[in-house]
Amino acid sequence: MVTYLDHAATTPMRPESVEAMLPFLGARVGNPSGGHAAARAARQAIEEGREIVAATLGAEPGEVVFTGGGTEADNLAVTGVLARHGGIPVCSAVEHHAVLHPVEALGGRVVAVHADGRVDLGALDAALDTQVGVVSLMLVNNEVGVVQPLAEAAALVAERAPGAVVHTDAVQAFPWLDVATEARPAHLVAVSAHKFGGPQGVGALVVREGVVLEPLLRGGGQERDRRSGTHNVAGIVGMAAAMAATVAQRTVTVARVGRLRDRLVDGLLSTVPGVTESGSRATKVAGTASLLIEGIESEALLVLLDQAGICATAASSCASGAMEPSHVLAAMGVPRALAYGSLRLSLGWTSTDADVERALEVIPGAVAQLRERTTLTLTP
Amino acid sequence: MRVLVAMSGGVDSSVAAALLLEAGHDVTGCTMKLWGGASDSGCCSVADVDDARRVAQQLGIDHFVFNFGDDFTAAVVEPYVAAHAGGRTPNPCVECNRSLKFDRLARRAHALGFDALATGHHARAERIGASWRLRRGVDRAKDQSYVLHMLDQAALARTLLPVGALTKAEVRERAASLGLRTAAKPDSQDVCFITSGGGRRWFLEARLALTPGRVVDGEGREVGRVGAVELVTAGQRRGLGLAGGGEARYAVAVDVPGATVTVGGPQDLLTGEVALEAVSWVDGPVEGRVEVQCSAHGTPRPATFDLDGAVVRFDRPAPRVAPGQSVVLYRADEVQGGGTAR
Repeated sequence: MVTYLDHAATTPMRPESVEAMLPFLGARVGNPSGGHAAARAARQAIEEGREIVAATLGAEPGEVVFTGGGTEADNLAVTGVLARHGGIPVCSAVEHHAVLHPVEALGGRVVAVHADGRVDLGALDAALDTQVGVVSLMLVNNEVGVVQPLAEAAALVAERAPGAVVHTDAVQAFPWLDVATEARPAHLVAVSAHKFGGPQGVGALVVREGVVLEPLLRGGGQERDRRSGTHNVAGIVGMAAAMAATVAQRTVTVARVGRLRDRLVDGLLSTVPGVTESGSRATKVAGTASLLIEGIESEALLVLLDQAGICATAASSCASGAMEPSHVLAAMGVPRALAYGSLRLSLGWTSTDADVERALEVIPGAVAQLRERTTLTLTP
Repeated sequence: MRVLVAMSGGVDSSVAAALLLEAGHDVTGCTMKLWGGASDSGCCSVADVDDARRVAQQLGIDHFVFNFGDDFTAAVVEPYVAAHAGGRTPNPCVECNRSLKFDRLARRAHALGFDALATGHHARAERIGASWRLRRGVDRAKDQSYVLHMLDQAALARTLLPVGALTKAEVRERAASLGLRTAAKPDSQDVCFITSGGGRRWFLEARLALTPGRVVDGEGREVGRVGAVELVTAGQRRGLGLAGGGEARYAVAVDVPGATVTVGGPQDLLTGEVALEAVSWVDGPVEGRVEVQCSAHGTPRPATFDLDGAVVRFDRPAPRVAPGQSVVLYRADEVQGGGTAR
């Protein structure tokens, strides 16, 4: 029996999503760009999906661009705006690499955050001028779960860099927040299906009316020339179904998972010495627990947890699968030695009391074993 | 036994994992991520991690990646640069074994509750009576006991070297018969963080102010110039800016603060002795008759070891050993210990 506490990495597919996809993985055929009956039926499926996605994201159907996931949506936002209009990109220091790396590659400005993980609006103010072309601020951070002050930041951009486009990476926000409302201040909004019970490999970027961007992918001109390539029909249909199910149950899920998360974190804080929470819980979404554990390396802890059937993570993984010291914790001013002891436990729509109980049963002993049997310093 | 096997993504450690499984051990694989910079491959590129992970999948064992990049920089890369800055010729693979594989990783294995750490080195750890012995690998041409000389009794008691009993050809056959993707992978060469395109110079000049210097003969007369004294190794013949013709001349001494390389003829390259520092022993100190090996695949030479002075005295004059190189003492095919040439 696996105890899955890595929902922020990916969460199990919702049955509504699987069911909606199955016909398109079986008998149904059709390229939505074609003109015959099968093609028209496929086109109908993605347009019905588009209406659901648009409604749940607070957009018009024509403002939804389907992509191959969150990373593509973020890249399209940052790169697409600058390729069209020029200017300097700006983002917070705690963005996902899907935003941070394109911004850095384009010579952008990276804005500091406070110790609680929220962007420093004073620093943002200082980074803004009329040269700025795009400002990207995530709605919810993937490592610590902190909600960013998007409305305040967007107001600042409107005042200090009035021509700039505001993008928000809402990939981690969707299961927990009403993105239609929370992301309203942004011109561009990125989501990824597999974070809320849809399939991997499909996402969307909302591009509000009036915002023009260059495509990353050129070809057949699909998605109104904003994203060429044959549509992932099954994926789009599955994403729409997962969105609808998530929104329908969101209030209940947020309350239930929030209680589980609090029980888990409070349990660990009271049973394991030397544990602190990174970021303030009041500013976090319901599913995320982010802990700093003194005197151990989470890389080793994760092996023990894995062997006990618990799936968790530290920071986001790199290409080789090795744990890289977290740029998010570094930006929050967490010392590197302490950041090596970071643990992210993320809950989701399938989490249960049994998951929390199992984690509370295993983690204290695993931490104690490592503290007993390891030292951090190299012997001379 | 619960065994953690260090899998580099090469054929030897792949087969090591397979042999341990066949022997009935509870085996888990791991790969150390050590170097994030440029690399031709070596030990820890993403491609090598992928290969190690795939072999673990094929064998049906768990596999983890450990990021020891900070430790590698502090214990191997920075000392490598510092040694060159001092005109010495370090052996980073030995330092990596000493500080990373058989210390950092061995302690990680212990913390995780493993009974032993296994690697794919061609050498043998054998227990005779109460004593652990470190012997050369069966395949003499592939023997790697030289780079393991720092292992002591405590380390050997927790170390398994399963491929040391096989020839390289047998290792490849075994990998091929298991269908492992690493079966035909070439042996790793050279230092993992030095690329063949850039070489040592490219690596060092980004981290060190290289010193142009004079090349002088035994009488102190200038006979050439070099762009970087730090890149000259004792025994080197080429790249010293010497005029052609006459007797071959070699670098015999490198003086970085004095920005001077001294050259001499073949006779000047020979020495009767080499003094050691940082000496470690497999099973306590030895003295007297030994065979001495001064490079990874060098010829062992008969000598006498003077324990008090930590000096090797060769029976017959031997090529001068560049300061910083590991000098390993054997009796028959057993490592006794080793140290670093001063």
